[in-house]
Amino acid sequence: MIVAERKSLDEIKSLIADAEKVLVVGCGTCVTVCFAGGSREAQITAASLRMSTKLDGNGVDVSDVTVQRQCEWEYLDEIEGQVKEADIVLSLGCGIGVQAIAEHFPECWVVPGLNTAFLGLPSEQGVWVERCAACGDCILGLTGGICPIARCSKTLLNGPCGGSEAGHCEIDPEVPCAWQLIYDRLNSKGKLHMILDIQPPKNWSTSRDGGPRKIVREDLRLAAEE
Amino acid sequence: MTTRNNGYLSGSILEKTLRAGHFTVTGELGPPQSADGKVIREKAALLKGYVDGVNITDNQTAIVRMSSIGAGTIVVQESLEPVIQMTCRDRNRLAIQSDLLGAYALGMRNLLCLSGDHQKFGNHPTAKNVFDMDSVQLVKMVADMRDQHIFQCGDALKGQEPRFFIGAASAPFADPIDFRPYRLAKKVKAGADFIQTQLVYDVEAFALFMDKVRQLGIHEQTYILAGVGPLKSPGMARYMKNSVPGILVPDEIINRMTDAGKPWAEKSKDDLTKEDKQARSEAWQAEGIQICIDLIRQLREIEGVAGVHIMAIEWEEAVRHIVEGAGLYPRPSVA
Repeated sequence: MIVAERKSLDEIKSLIADAEKVLVVGCGTCVTVCFAGGSREAQITAASLRMSTKLDGNGVDVSDVTVQRQCEWEYLDEIEGQVKEADIVLSLGCGIGVQAIAEHFPECWVVPGLNTAFLGLPSEQGVWVERCAACGDCILGLTGGICPIARCSKTLLNGPCGGSEAGHCEIDPEVPCAWQLIYDRLNSKGKLHMILDIQPPKNWSTSRDGGPRKIVREDLRLAAEE
Repeated sequence: MTTRNNGYLSGSILEKTLRAGHFTVTGELGPPQSADGKVIREKAALLKGYVDGVNITDNQTAIVRMSSIGAGTIVVQESLEPVIQMTCRDRNRLAIQSDLLGAYALGMRNLLCLSGDHQKFGNHPTAKNVFDMDSVQLVKMVADMRDQHIFQCGDALKGQEPRFFIGAASAPFADPIDFRPYRLAKKVKAGADFIQTQLVYDVEAFALFMDKVRQLGIHEQTYILAGVGPLKSPGMARYMKNSVPGILVPDEIINRMTDAGKPWAEKSKDDLTKEDKQARSEAWQAEGIQICIDLIRQLREIEGVAGVHIMAIEWEEAVRHIVEGAGLYPRPSVA
């Protein structure tokens, strides 16, 4: 899932400064599951802003609504009326949600309430960790299902650097060394030979380095026309 | 191996010294955090005649310094042979290749290929890192430029190829420790002509690593220089043991350093005069140099160790004492 966390109330207040009417828009998908921008967080954020701006002496009119997915036009259509009434829309969606609102409602001013962090999973209650860097050319088949692009601090492809110690990465004792994990997993499966071959430099053109990416599925486009 | 230059890959002094079978000595020179070339000249003067080549670090520990190639050019002018260091942290494959073409044109002949310390440790922790390639891929790219006359993309070079004597690093005691000889083998397979290891203080552990290296036959395909460095204080020894990944410091060595400071041990911190501290520091440094000399003597006995790489950054004056003490002075003439 996309993992995000909410910006500080102070930063949000600076983003909505000058607005008299604010609409907080939550999203019912990824950011709901990671407790950053779902309906509950939208309500709490709206209430906090109402209270805080009241204490500041400029009581802003803040309401909230949550859509199933901010990244699909049909769900955004449902809130067109509320968006039009607001001076500023505070999106509690990921960066995709914020941009979808800006694109779908060109007349509205939308600001982000979250920092979109990474693609990951909850490793335990209250802890989320990164797992995928969306590089566009998956190599997990070579590395035992552990990604060195997302999980090695240097995105190394040919084994661990000298900074691997006791299973963790030199940048932080809390960060597991991806290559130790890969080594252990391949070792346990009798597949260590898989990391003895030299992996050539990666083709990063499928990653962000190749410019904004796009996927076109002609089969689905044709089906939609029929 | 393809060879030109009368059978040499690069024709560098480092290569010739190793090929001639001399126990080889390399040193290290850290460029300044300034544009002052005088610093390089002064450090070069301390090392000249005592080493067969000197590594010029590339923004080591991710702190901005004069570039390795820039400082290396000054070192060439001072008639000392540089080993340019190139990390994957700050440059993509375009920048690396272009800088190396320039480095060769400026007279550099040795190159050490490294991943690079993570920028988190340096003075620009908010920088974007590159890591377009890793150190193994870097070795192969430079070997292909020299031996296949091609750029990384496969296009042919148009004219003189850069003919570097290519080095890589090895961290024998970093984890996963069982993989380390194989990682070294990958670097050699990629084209590493010589290897410089992380600091060795535990000769016994290093000998075990070399056993495995010999079993794999790696010592016959590359020249391995064991990394050594003089300790300055017991505190430094403990810091290396406890806080630097991939460095083993046996208690025996920590005790030797502690014992060197014994004459001052009974005085409390507040009672130590400036002179006391100076004298204690000199005693520690003398012992640090002696330990380094002892380590070199032991490492020299290990089959497959072709030389030592002395890392005495910001303590370049120690190198001459170490080299002389280890009976490695004068350096052979191979030109």
